[in-house]
This record gives sequence, C-alpha cells and structure tokens, in this order.
Amino acid sequence: MFLGLYNYWIVVVLMMIGFYIVIAHGNLIKKLVGLTIFQTSVFIFYISMAKVNGGTAPIVGDGIEIYSNPLPHVLILTAIVVGIATTALGLALTVRIKEAYGSIEEEEIQKKDNSTC
Amino acid sequence: MLEHLPILQVIVPLMAAPLCLLFRHSRAAWLFALIASGTALVISILLLQQVLATGLISYALGGWQAPWGIEYRIDTLNAFLLLIISSLSTVVLLAADTSISKEIPKEKHSLFYVLYLLSLTGMLGIVATGDAFNVFVFLEISSLSAYALIALGSDRRALWASYQYLIMGTIGATFILIGIGLMYQMTGTLNMHDLSNRLPEVAQTRTVFTAFAFVIVGVCLKLALFPLHLWLPNAYAYAPSIVTAFFAATATKVAIYLLIRFTYSVFGFSFSFTALPLQLLFVVLGVLGIFVASSAAIYQSNVKHLFAYSSIAQIGYMIVGFSISTVAGLTATLLHLFNHALMKGALFLALAAVMHRIGSVQLSALKGLGREMPLTMAAIVAGGLSLIGVPLTVGFVSKWYLVLALLENGWWPVAMLILLGSLLAIVYVWRIVEVAYFQPRGGPGELSKDPVREAPLAFLVPIWLLVIANVYFGIDTRLSVEVAQTASESLFGLSQ
Amino acid sequence: MLSGIYGLLSASFFVAMDAVDVAFTEASVGAGISTLLMFLAITMTERRDHSVRHKPWLALIVVVVTGALLIYGTLDMPYFGSADAPIHVHVAPRYINDSMQEIGVINLVTSVLGSYRAFDTFGEVVVIFTAGVGVLALLSVSRRPENDAKIDALNVSMHEQHLILRIVIKILIPFILLFALYVQFHGDYGPGGGFQAGVIFAAAVILYSMLFGLSTARRVINQPFTQFIAALGVLLYGSVGVVSLLNGGNFFDYNVLSDDPVAGQHLGILLIEAGVGLTVASVMIIIFFNFQGRKEYGQGQAKGDV
Repeated sequence: MFLGLYNYWIVVVLMMIGFYIVIAHGNLIKKLVGLTIFQTSVFIFYISMAKVNGGTAPIVGDGIEIYSNPLPHVLILTAIVVGIATTALGLALTVRIKEAYGSIEEEEIQKKDNSTC
Repeated sequence: MLEHLPILQVIVPLMAAPLCLLFRHSRAAWLFALIASGTALVISILLLQQVLATGLISYALGGWQAPWGIEYRIDTLNAFLLLIISSLSTVVLLAADTSISKEIPKEKHSLFYVLYLLSLTGMLGIVATGDAFNVFVFLEISSLSAYALIALGSDRRALWASYQYLIMGTIGATFILIGIGLMYQMTGTLNMHDLSNRLPEVAQTRTVFTAFAFVIVGVCLKLALFPLHLWLPNAYAYAPSIVTAFFAATATKVAIYLLIRFTYSVFGFSFSFTALPLQLLFVVLGVLGIFVASSAAIYQSNVKHLFAYSSIAQIGYMIVGFSISTVAGLTATLLHLFNHALMKGALFLALAAVMHRIGSVQLSALKGLGREMPLTMAAIVAGGLSLIGVPLTVGFVSKWYLVLALLENGWWPVAMLILLGSLLAIVYVWRIVEVAYFQPRGGPGELSKDPVREAPLAFLVPIWLLVIANVYFGIDTRLSVEVAQTASESLFGLSQ
Repeated sequence: MLSGIYGLLSASFFVAMDAVDVAFTEASVGAGISTLLMFLAITMTERRDHSVRHKPWLALIVVVVTGALLIYGTLDMPYFGSADAPIHVHVAPRYINDSMQEIGVINLVTSVLGSYRAFDTFGEVVVIFTAGVGVLALLSVSRRPENDAKIDALNVSMHEQHLILRIVIKILIPFILLFALYVQFHGDYGPGGGFQAGVIFAAAVILYSMLFGLSTARRVINQPFTQFIAALGVLLYGSVGVVSLLNGGNFFDYNVLSDDPVAGQHLGILLIEAGVGLTVASVMIIIFFNFQGRKEYGQGQAKGDV
C-alpha cells in the first residue's frame, strides 16, 4: 500500500505546507506564496492521478498503445490559469494596501483599523 | 432560438462584458450593462416557464453528450435561482449610474460595469451548469470579479476587506477543487448527474467521505456560515454601496444553491445526511449564526455593518431549514432564498441612496432622516419589518414555513429559538427607526448643516419596486411557494 | 524565489508524469510570470519581513486536522499508475480512442480542451480577462505628459549602462515572438496552444519593456490597444460558438462550421486558440504594464514630482 500511495502522501504534505503558510503568516505576500504552493500541490495531485504505468504523453503516435489520461491535464491547465489570475489580483491588492496603510503585515493593518474606528 | 435558452442565459452577459470595456463613456456603459442584464432576466423568465411546463432541460455544449462534453442542466431549482439572480441584478443596476457617480472615480466607471457583468456571468454560470469542474471555473469568475468590485470602495478598509475575502475565498475554492478531484478519482466523471449514478457504488470509501467533507467546508466558506463568516461584514460594509446591494441579494444565495445541489443531486440525500452528522451540525451552526450575528448587529455603529451581520443571521435561518432535511424544510429554505434577496436588495439600495445624499452610513449621521428622506427611510422600515417577520411581508412567509417545517418534524426547541431570533431583529431595526424618526436633525455626527433632499428617482424606483415586491409576495405567495415546493419535491424525488 | 523554484520543480514533475502541455504551461506561468510579478510586488512593498513571531497554535491544529483527513482519504484510492482506475475506464477511453476520427488532432489534450470541453476553456479565458480588468481597476494611473519626461530621464540613465544586454535582447526578441507564433499553431501536433503562446509573446514584450523603459514600450503597444485586443480575444472565442448556433448546432458545436465535420473541428479549434492567445498575451501585458506603471507613479511621488 505504501508503494501505491506514497505519491499522494507527499502531495498532501506539500499541500499542508502551503496551507499552513497562508493561515499562519502575517505578511501579505507570504500568504500569497503559501496560497500558490497550496494550489500547485493540488495540481500535482490531479496530474499524479492521470499517470498510467507504461503510458506516454497523450499525443497520438504510431505504435503507442497506452496513453496517460488527458482529462486531468486539461483541468489543470485551466486551474493554473485560475491560480495566476488570483495571484495577480492578490498582488495588486497588496501593492494598494501598502500605499494606503504603509505596511503589509496583517497585525499592523489590524491595529491601524482598530485605532481609526 | 428557444432550445438554446440555457446557454444564452450565460453567454449574453458574458459577451457583453468585454464589449462593455470598449465603451469609454460612463452613461453608455451603464445603459449597455442594463440591457444585457435585462435580457438575461427575460431569458430566465422564459426558462422558468419552460421548466415548469415541460420539466428538466438538458443542453449539450459543443454537441458532445455528457459525460464527454459539458452539460447544462436546468431544473426547477436552478431556474428559480437564475430568475432571482438576474432580476436582482437588473433592479440594482437601475440605480448604479447615480450611485457610483459619487463613490467611484469617473475613469473607472466602464471597468466597474465590465466587472459587474462578469460577476453576473459567473453566478449564472455556476447555477446553470451540470458539470462539477465547470462550477469551479465559473465560481472563480464570480469570485475574482467580486474581489475587484469590493476593492473599488473609497475607504482604504475596502482593500483590506477584499484581500481577506480573496484569501478565504480562494481557500474555499481550492477545497472544492480537492473535493471534485477526489470524486473524479473514484468515479471517472465530472458530470453531476453521472456522478450521482456512480457515487453510490463507491460511497462507503474513505475517499468519497473526504471528498464530501472538503466540498461541504469549501461551500460553507463561500456561504458565510458561522464560524466561517469572518470575511463578510467588512466586505459588505466597505464595498461601493451598489456592489453591496448586488452581492447581498445574490452571492450567498448561489453558495446555498451549491450546498443543496451537491448534497441532494450529487452525493444523494441518504449519503449526505448519514456520512456526516449534517443535521446536527447545521442546526447548531445555523442557530449559533442567528444569535451571534443578530447580537453583533445590535452593537454596530455603521448601518451597513449592521445589515451585513443581519445577512449572516438570515443565512443561519436558511441553514436551519436545510438541516431539517424534509420537503417542508427545504421549501422553507428556498422560499427564504427568494425573500431574503428581495429584503436585502431593498435595504442596501436604500442605504446606497442615503450614502449618496449624506455621504455616510454611520448610525449617528442618520438622525432625523425620517423627515428629510421620507420615502427612503420608509423603505428601510419596510425592509426591517420584513426582516423581523411581520405579517404581510415576505419575511413573515419565510418564517412561517420554517416554523411549520420545524414543528412538523417535532423540533419544538428550535422553533422557539427561531422566534427568539426575531426578537433580536426587532432590537436592531428599532435602533435605526429610533434615530431616524425620533431624533432631531443636527448635532454631533452631522456632516453638513444643509437640508437633505430625498433620494433621486434613479434610486427610488428600484427601491420601491423591491419594497412593493416584498409586500406583494408577502400577500400573494402562490408563485414563490409553488416554485419552491416543486423544486424541493423534485430534489427529493431525484435522490431516492 | 521559493515559489519560483517550486514552480519549476513541479513543471519537471509534470514532464515525468507525461503531462507535457501542463509542464510547459506551469513552467512559463508558475515559474515565469508568477515569480516576476512577485518580485515586482516585493520591490514595491517591503523587502524584509517585519512579522511578529508568535505561537500559531490554532493554525497548526487546523493544518494537522486537514492533512490527516486528506491522508485518511487516500487510503481507498486506486494505486498510483494503475490502468484500471475508474478514471481510465470511464469517459477517457473515448477521448483516446475516438478523438482522431471525430476531431483529427493528434494532441489529445488539445482535442479535449479545444472541443470536448471547449466551454471550460472559454471560462478560463474569461477568468484571465477578469484578472486583467481587475488589475486595471486597482492599479491604473492616469498618465500626465510632464511626468513622462522625468521618468524617461530616470530610465535612460539606468539603461545606458546595459548596452550589451540591449543589443542581445534586440536580436532575441523577434525570435521569441516567432517561437510564440510557432507554439500557437503547433498545439495540435505537440505540446503548445494558445495559452502558452500568449505567455511567451507577452514575455517578449515585457523583456523589451524592462530593458528599454515602460514609456517606450507603451508607445509601441499602448493601453487602449491592449485592452481592445484582450476584449477581442474573448469575443472571437465566443463568436465561434455563436456561429455554431446560427448554423443550426449547439453552442461550440464545430461540426456545423464546415461541410466536413472534421474540417469544422480543425477550424473551430484554430479560431478559439487564436482567441485564447490574443487575450492571454494582452492581459499579461496589461498586468505587467500596470504594476510597472504604478511603481513609477510611486517613485515619482516619492521624488515629489507628481
């Protein structure tokens, strides 16, 4: 069982590293990095699913009998785009927040908000 | 063209969005967006009529049959939601031109309308589709445009609220993606109907259980179910007022739709309520949400914050109805979806009007406004009465059906708690009434000494349209109840 | 840096998993654009992390619980690589076996992405378009001519030092653009397609802009033009669907685009990939230009010029 599933377990560990960075760190950009790592790990999970032992890339060629599954590849291509879109927006927000608050640390921003309320 | 209605519902606003980018002039962009949204509304009415008359509609995109291609699957439930979303979108848009003139810089106006249309597209796409991964894609379209729209608010706290929403929302969406991946892995399909056929054979596996857990948590984040609601109050309070009106009436409804769709149509009723103790979990979280949020609402000094917390409480009501897991309970939830959209749409539009006239939505700034903006404040009172659940309003109808469903199921204590929740609503609505009608204008908290005029017609028309709808559907409940009941019954029938 | 390295590593992992298209995309996007944007954002905000160290117990608990749940979930999964897993016996076999007759494109990923699930890809294009519009809404600054002169002077002094780089890049850029076009049209036969091509094209423009200055780049490719192209890409993609409707098929049914269904499929995929390439390239350029533009706006403010 270990041999059959170790791949997925590694992916889970990577996912959790990313997830931890998002929720535990206060620096806005670090959070976004964590988010990226989290998402990329999910992509690795999908792509591992697609692999077939003895298969090749899903491009039709003479003499090739076994192909790896193209459907997860398609899904992940879309998911990568979604990921970069989110990162770009997140970074744009971070830049604006820095301009408006003078800081990109969660705690400092909360403090400034609480003092103005 | 009639057979293509399902796809046109989403394509019309979708193609309108990039076209809108080419309109430099603010008023032209507004009119264009209005026409697009209005067309979507007409399509949704036609679709609902079609579904009620002939039953389920299936549309194969690309001509490829599901599960190899993507399918649009319209039944009573999503036709109902399509109607709610497109109608609220159009009504809110009526006031948009006037509202954003003071809240968003002029050069960003056409970008605003592009984002608005994209958000509308995203929501319609989530609801209309029958493919799980397609849900994810359109969920992201609606979320990304939402983050940008919220960040257009003039207060710097809008930026921070948007960022927090981005982080929480993306975590939620990624959880849903993980859930979809796990379901796919065990069944080989992404089509929701096909999933519902194939999941039962693998339902006892740990993988499917995990998939279910992740999907539920992801959707609950988007739903703002207590305690995952933290992003909502600030996002609603600091976004441009018209954006708040739009989202308060539509966004969480879509998330509840997803919850219902995944539990009833994909995983199936029997699995969903046995795999996880959803009944218990949701009734507890729902009731907690009602009380915590309503209490928080009482202490807010910013009226937008107040109504944002109120929305979280109302979502609690919907979740309680869902937790009963009977036809009656689900009917109550669906009814409240419709009614709450009407209520909050009217309330936040009225607040937008107040913001437009006096530049603030702090409770203290509303002093004496009852005399100077009578029609606007009357609308807020009407909306407030609806929130409390006074007879003759839609709020009463929802509460009535909810309490009935609870009693039918023997859940007396919960029914009592629901009624207690209404008492809390009376407190926070009274705070506004007291300030607006029983306090004189002038004194600290005033922004200017000039007399305030009533809101312009651009606001009054949509506000009162919604208020009248509030009362009309509170008296003549045949349409809303019939549709909600039909949807509920078919969902139960499908998952036998 | 870490996320860039992670992106590259995952790209190589993808190649090992036979996911060549995905590897290509992840390399250009995850390791390329994403890292670039992060660097840009970091230079515009803080280079050092000022966070306060405190014990993150709650976060740790949440992460451990989530991770444990996931591992629990893996226990019943089909083993890695096994050919009789559900996903390999249902739905996918038709793509692998029949797509040559139905669509006639040898890259199966392109046939699924471009035809069977074309609507998802349409959604993807709209997502990237949304991000572009969002960044525009957040970061765009109105440009005033007097600032241009001052910013230009700043840039000229910086760039004169990199003469060799400028000459080399000037030679390279046409090749990069050509490569982008190659990737765009070769997607049917090998890894590639609209998305990757768009990113490469944008990379060439961004490279030019980094070396020769934003205002020079903007004179070559100006804002309204890129916005127009971004919108055009989405509309082009959508119109293929509309034409299908008008020809009597369902939305995105390419069979009705031509008398021969397979020729129709080829035409449909060609056009939508063109739409993807146009929008992706222009949105990447919009995003980069707006970040860079905001940075110069900030620099101008700091110098007291604006």
